[in-house]
Amino acid sequence: MEEIVKKRIKEVIKGDQNAYGEIVELYKDKVFQLCYRMLGNRHESEDIAQEAFIRAYVNINSFNINLKFSTWLYRIATNLCIDRIRKKKPDYYLDAEVSGTDGLTMYSQIAADTALPEEELQSLELQETIQKEISKLPEKYRTAIVLRYIEELSLNEISEILDLPLGTVKTRIHRGREALRQQLRYV
Amino acid sequence: MSCPAEIIEYMHEYLDEVISAENEKILREHLQTCKDCQTHFHELKKAIALVQSTSNIKAPPNLTANVMARLPKEKKKIGVQRWFRHHPLLTAASLFFVLMVGSLFSAWNDHQFSVSKQPNLKVENTTVIVPKGEVVKGDVVVKNGTLKIEGEIQGNVTVINGDKYLASAGHVTGEITEVNEIYEWLWFQIKKTGKDLINIFDEENDKI
Ligand SMILES: [Zn+2]
Repeated sequence: MEEIVKKRIKEVIKGDQNAYGEIVELYKDKVFQLCYRMLGNRHESEDIAQEAFIRAYVNINSFNINLKFSTWLYRIATNLCIDRIRKKKPDYYLDAEVSGTDGLTMYSQIAADTALPEEELQSLELQETIQKEISKLPEKYRTAIVLRYIEELSLNEISEILDLPLGTVKTRIHRGREALRQQLRYV
Repeated sequence: MSCPAEIIEYMHEYLDEVISAENEKILREHLQTCKDCQTHFHELKKAIALVQSTSNIKAPPNLTANVMARLPKEKKKIGVQRWFRHHPLLTAASLFFVLMVGSLFSAWNDHQFSVSKQPNLKVENTTVIVPKGEVVKGDVVVKNGTLKIEGEIQGNVTVINGDKYLASAGHVTGEITEVNEIYEWLWFQIKKTGKDLINIFDEENDKI
């Protein structure tokens, strides 16, 4: 996959915009998921995911072609998410509401729209709970946990993405895990 | 509770898959005898499993299209180069076509204002207006004039040697092409011919 991506990047650098469309297709789910677990809000996540891809495109010349593209892309996306979290009022992200839906969260909205069977409804509720608990983590622990357990990246990759020493990444994941242990023990 | 302080540390080393064989042995032995640490370890693993269980959510279906629409405009030249690359055979055919048809040049020299014929296009001198609230069906071509889009065009837009204004409420469902220099105009003709050729090929394939 990295090989195809690098070929496409070379085409993008030459100015071929269509080649970039293929890159976006390859990474859109990963980047959106990263943003969604960081921000807990679909609208915002879509906005930030788009912004991440646009920034990557505009700055493609500063990408070192010998490195892994995904690492670079995730770094851009992660930084945008962190910026967004810092700019947010603290009471805002705890609700994680979809705008214009009268206070329904994404999951209850899906549930209301499609009348799911009891089992799936419970699973949606559980997911909502877990997302809420992830959102409660301080942003530096949340970032590390999302990259480790949602994106399933190695400690080394996370250290590269966050531009932090490996030891710091480990500490953040440990603290994140301990916090989640407390929050999720009775779920 | 009188547990060695490093037991929790070993749990995390274990979860990070960086624990030494020696420490793992210590951890295992301790867990067998200590209920509290067992619970602690179990809760850590449960928290991880729960976080991992959040199903993979997919990006909204239009994300790629939205990104592509928001990218800074690519240079026209590249589009032509790409077209060259992807259609070598058609390029050769098109070049032949250009060489043959010198009349293209004389067509270009024609500075007459012209516009495609749709009944609800409003024409004022050399300005063509798609009025607000109106829906124009089919491709719109304006030559040597200005096109103001305040309503909707359901088709492609081509402005040759002129200007185009898209009002905020205006909308075009197809592609917008602006051709302002003779070479670009030539390419436009070639591409158009190419597209027609492709269509012919496609139709042939359909028959098979
Ligand atoms: Zn113990």
